[in-house]
Amino acid sequence: MSETVLTSDKAMGKSPAEKDRKNAGMAGFLSSSNSDYLMAALFALAIFTMPLWLAPIGAGYPDILQKFAIFGIFALGFNILFGFSGYLSFGHAAFLGAGSYAAVWMFKLLSMNAVLAVAFSIVIAGIFALAIGFVSLRRSGIYFSILTLAFAQMSYNLAYSVLTPITNGETGLQISRTDPRVLDNMFREPGAALPVPDFFGIELQGWPGFYFCATLLVLAFFLTMRIKNSTFGMMLFAIKSNQNRMAYTGFSTRPYLLAAFVISGMYAGLAGGLLAVTDPLAGADRMQWTASGEVVLMTILGGVGTLLGPVIGAAVMKYLEQIFSSFNEGVLHRAFDFLTPELQDLMVGITSPFVGEGWHLTLGLMFMIVVIFLPGGIMEGLRRIASATRGRRAGSGDAN
Amino acid sequence: MTSHILAINGVSKRFGGLRALDDVNLNVKQGSVHAIIGPNGAGKSTLLNCLVGRIIPDEGSVDFDGSTLLGHKPHQINQAGIARVFQTPETFGELTVLENVMIPAFARKDGAFRINAWGRARERKVVREEAEHILDDLNLWDQRSQLVNSMSRGDKRRLELAMCLVQHPKLLLLDEPTAGMSRADTNNTVDLLKKISERGITKVIIEHDMHVVFSLAETVSVMAQGTVIAEGTPEEIKSSPKVQEAYLGGAHL
Repeated sequence: MSETVLTSDKAMGKSPAEKDRKNAGMAGFLSSSNSDYLMAALFALAIFTMPLWLAPIGAGYPDILQKFAIFGIFALGFNILFGFSGYLSFGHAAFLGAGSYAAVWMFKLLSMNAVLAVAFSIVIAGIFALAIGFVSLRRSGIYFSILTLAFAQMSYNLAYSVLTPITNGETGLQISRTDPRVLDNMFREPGAALPVPDFFGIELQGWPGFYFCATLLVLAFFLTMRIKNSTFGMMLFAIKSNQNRMAYTGFSTRPYLLAAFVISGMYAGLAGGLLAVTDPLAGADRMQWTASGEVVLMTILGGVGTLLGPVIGAAVMKYLEQIFSSFNEGVLHRAFDFLTPELQDLMVGITSPFVGEGWHLTLGLMFMIVVIFLPGGIMEGLRRIASATRGRRAGSGDAN
Repeated sequence: MTSHILAINGVSKRFGGLRALDDVNLNVKQGSVHAIIGPNGAGKSTLLNCLVGRIIPDEGSVDFDGSTLLGHKPHQINQAGIARVFQTPETFGELTVLENVMIPAFARKDGAFRINAWGRARERKVVREEAEHILDDLNLWDQRSQLVNSMSRGDKRRLELAMCLVQHPKLLLLDEPTAGMSRADTNNTVDLLKKISERGITKVIIEHDMHVVFSLAETVSVMAQGTVIAEGTPEEIKSSPKVQEAYLGGAHL
């Protein structure tokens, strides 16, 4: 113990570490704030130029890029709950579905303007999340996961049965020419064709649709970054680390968790709304447990608790889904045509269960490999590569 | 009221057939260091758990600073001014040392629940400076950016103490603060605890190490079989035949 320790508050104020601590602190603050904006700018640049740099791998068209952006938002939000606070929800698809229904209803009743639809999706999903979270968060761990799963499956089944007037059951909720669309019809006559969601006159199909989703993804990313570095974020990470300690430190942990749950549900609602914007149709299958499981896989694949990981995980998964599900035996025969016909048949026989309808087999294999060898997901892989190259460079420097 | 910051009256707790606490009466004077000793299974930890809201007693009353603690949740009791150091250090292992101390400081500044999802936590100047002072005081300054998981057990204990002190508690509960420490670390901790006393924080210490108890405490309560069998100054306790029979006569001394 040093001499000045704990004698009085006055002496503490003049402690020797004070000065260098202040200087270091100020420099740290400036650079950290700037790096926030720098990172968001780089992220925005990468997202908006995706059509260019993803074209060589065959993903440079709007349909799939919209999916990257939408599921990126879904996974970002899911990660706020699972990655930051450690609570694994198995029912997040319920909020995705609720968001889609909300958006389509907005299209039907008020206007085809996507901003209104998306805002309504977020609100509805938020309210929905508040109710489900309030009950589910009475438990933690596996019991919490089961409760969320139960709620999502209930929503799925209700959408098919009792709630048919709202959800239009198996057919799914669609827009039609005869919908009231009160706001739109005040200003112009309904056209002969089925209307398309728009952003103040710009029809959100194809590329404009992608840029609309991408802009919201960038905003969602920036917000997530702020949350991660905020006091609220610190509390969530502390709850994940030691919830017991949090209680004895004077924190009421449940409201923090409920807030995280609702925020993350709102992200899912936004994603659901965007799905409806790019394709104005909502069906109950969006709420099924497979959809909930998908976002869990995306987040783990990318890297739980990291900022960028979930976005990468979502994109990788949607890309592989696209690639593998489009393969058929014909494609496989062409891929193996350098072999003798017998070998070719054998290889096609072996690989065909993993593509097309069976692409989930490939996904399962890939997921196992990641969880076993790279528990931190793709982000951990990137970090390992980065530190390995840095190590090699340092090593060669020593040799010289 | 009296000058007692903590008043425990007639507290009993049963676990099935076991009477863990049997009519415990114990008063802690404002500003004092009060040690509770006793053989294993005497009910010391159960009593402590009653104070922090982990266990609800079947009978009796626990009053802190003029109002009851019973029926309050752990976080409310902490907000009322009681901080606790656990027997095995309870810290936030995946976070840095500085963050570990900032979090309890936030509990004091922002209360039990407040959402600030925009402002950067590490830039809350008041909280950060307060945390940094404590780290400096407890010789943890050099480790401030380290993850707690990578610290030694002794350092974790010191950190947990820092986490409690940063809250400026009225009452500090220490559950065997030197368990598992080397002699040198124990002596450092004793020095540290003595210095904290100068700040006027009342302390209740559960301890096995007699050296620690007799060099720190002003009052010692001896518990055996769920009840307090003796209370007095360290000298009185040392010379009490009743205590020697129940406790000091054992293998401990």
